[in-house]
Amino acid sequence: MATTDLDTTTTGSRTPDNGWRQRLGRWDVKASPYIYIAPFFLVFGVFGLFPIVYTAVISLMDWDTIRNTGSFIGMDNFAYVLQDRKFWVALRNTFSIFLLSAIPQLLLSTFIAAMLDNNLRARTFWRMGVLVPFVVMPVAVGIIFSQLFADNSGQINDWLGMVGVDPIGWHKEVLPSHVAIATMVNFRWTGYNALILLAAMQAIPRDLYEAAAIDGAARMRRFLSITIPQIRPTMIFVIITATIGNLQIFDEPRVFDTTGTGGADQQWLTITMYMYNTGWGQLDFGRASAIAWLLFLIIVVFSLLNLLITRKFISSSDSTGGK
Amino acid sequence: MARRPRNVISLGRPSGFAYASLGIILIASFFPFYWTYLIGSGDAGTLTDPTMSWLPGGNFLDNARSVLTNPAVNFWKALGNSIIVSTTIALSTVVLSTLAGFAFAKLRFKGSGPLLIGVVATMVVPVQLGVVPLYILMNEFGWTGELGAVIVPALVSAFGVFWMTQYMQQSLPTELIEAARVDGCNMIRTFWHVAIPAARPAAAMLFLFTFVTAWNNFMWPLIILDQSNPTLPLALSLLQGNYFVDYSLVLSGTLLATVPLLLLFIFAGRQLVSGIMAGAVKG
Repeated sequence: MATTDLDTTTTGSRTPDNGWRQRLGRWDVKASPYIYIAPFFLVFGVFGLFPIVYTAVISLMDWDTIRNTGSFIGMDNFAYVLQDRKFWVALRNTFSIFLLSAIPQLLLSTFIAAMLDNNLRARTFWRMGVLVPFVVMPVAVGIIFSQLFADNSGQINDWLGMVGVDPIGWHKEVLPSHVAIATMVNFRWTGYNALILLAAMQAIPRDLYEAAAIDGAARMRRFLSITIPQIRPTMIFVIITATIGNLQIFDEPRVFDTTGTGGADQQWLTITMYMYNTGWGQLDFGRASAIAWLLFLIIVVFSLLNLLITRKFISSSDSTGGK
Repeated sequence: MARRPRNVISLGRPSGFAYASLGIILIASFFPFYWTYLIGSGDAGTLTDPTMSWLPGGNFLDNARSVLTNPAVNFWKALGNSIIVSTTIALSTVVLSTLAGFAFAKLRFKGSGPLLIGVVATMVVPVQLGVVPLYILMNEFGWTGELGAVIVPALVSAFGVFWMTQYMQQSLPTELIEAARVDGCNMIRTFWHVAIPAARPAAAMLFLFTFVTAWNNFMWPLIILDQSNPTLPLALSLLQGNYFVDYSLVLSGTLLATVPLLLLFIFAGRQLVSGIMAGAVKG
């Protein structure tokens, strides 16, 4: 709003060409904003917006990948996908992996954040330390963990054997494969989310803690009654971004075995893998687009649902904890 | 942040427990790398050897060499490609986001509000929603298999514009721009001499984030590039496919591929940490 002053830059030069310069200056002020945003919107329009809109069109078409055109077939692609067993299996897997990663990750990253929120020596070291896994390629994480979780004498099964547990078929069975993939997600994101929660914790006024301490609240009590309610909005933010990201998971399950098809019986096929296999395995772009739209709708609905649930859940713990 | 007075009850003073639990977490997050090095320094049998030693074998350099020189993996080409792709994308995103962010944050023009809201709204749209038409578009352009097909669509990002707009709204005083204008700077010089210096910290963070994201991106290169001209993540997945019998080679290659970003992290990790924490407070 204060920028209105920019329109009246008439100070300075009393040269004869004053009028011309003024007009130039005014044009400069009027046109500049559009010139500055033009490069962004040019690229964004062609490679960002257009594809999003055009996916809707293609999802209604039987696309011919050789001629690069399609013919309208109405909702057939959606009907096909919704009747395909693989779609529902992929949906189940995606949600299962999401739940297995979201909940432990939130608990662990809150714990790490609380530990980092001490007056630590060498705190930059600790903060950087927990962030290291974040810069490792998901593909590399996937390859490494797929071997740690190898069915035959992988490291995890070796350790389980030491405590007398029979080897688990991490690549054979449904739930174990989800646990393995969720572990990769947690490995990469827990430290990242811990830093976000740490930032929220550090914004809490310290006198709140001091007042509680003087009232005799012990450390745990202070954490539950002050810290948790205060970082609630940030927790919701973390949960929602984790939801959006996790429901799109592709890299880790794709390299969980060498074929990239999600297991012999689609044990760990996710929705995005299903879309990739439909689009670039079977070259059916119409169905792939339909899957993309379904994924988008699922993400929107589920994020909103999540927002409602977490709001309710976290605020109810707020009212019992705080006072 | 002010230090608490010493005589108050010990609030969150670092306890042994905090150090111990953070130590365990660090060990747990470094273990996969060490284990990868163990296997990568052994031979084809190490992975399945039940009596595997917890000290590294002596084959890491040999294994690494055979990965690096294998023509089917194209490791050096992949590394070069990844550097070109990530640097170009990060530079362009920073420059174009700073320009647009400056306009959105500090200049008045018709339609700025709705345009900004539109950009922010697209941040929740998953990339999957655009890949099919994007592939068709690249086919039309004849860019399939070319690095340009990976670079061009990522030259801008909605997040970048949102991030720079937010930052400049908060930390670039409008009076500074007015002063520059009064002194006779035209718009582009105002941008250059006032906006860019003020935006530098946010621009550095945006560069890092964009670089890491571009570096790690797997799905789009997998779709659009081919084996002869890969980026690193793609080369890694090919390595896994090619050598699935000898995991000491696969894992030494995987470890090598993580080295460049770990090096970057040593130098820029501090900024990455503060970027994540700054973004959280605003978000």
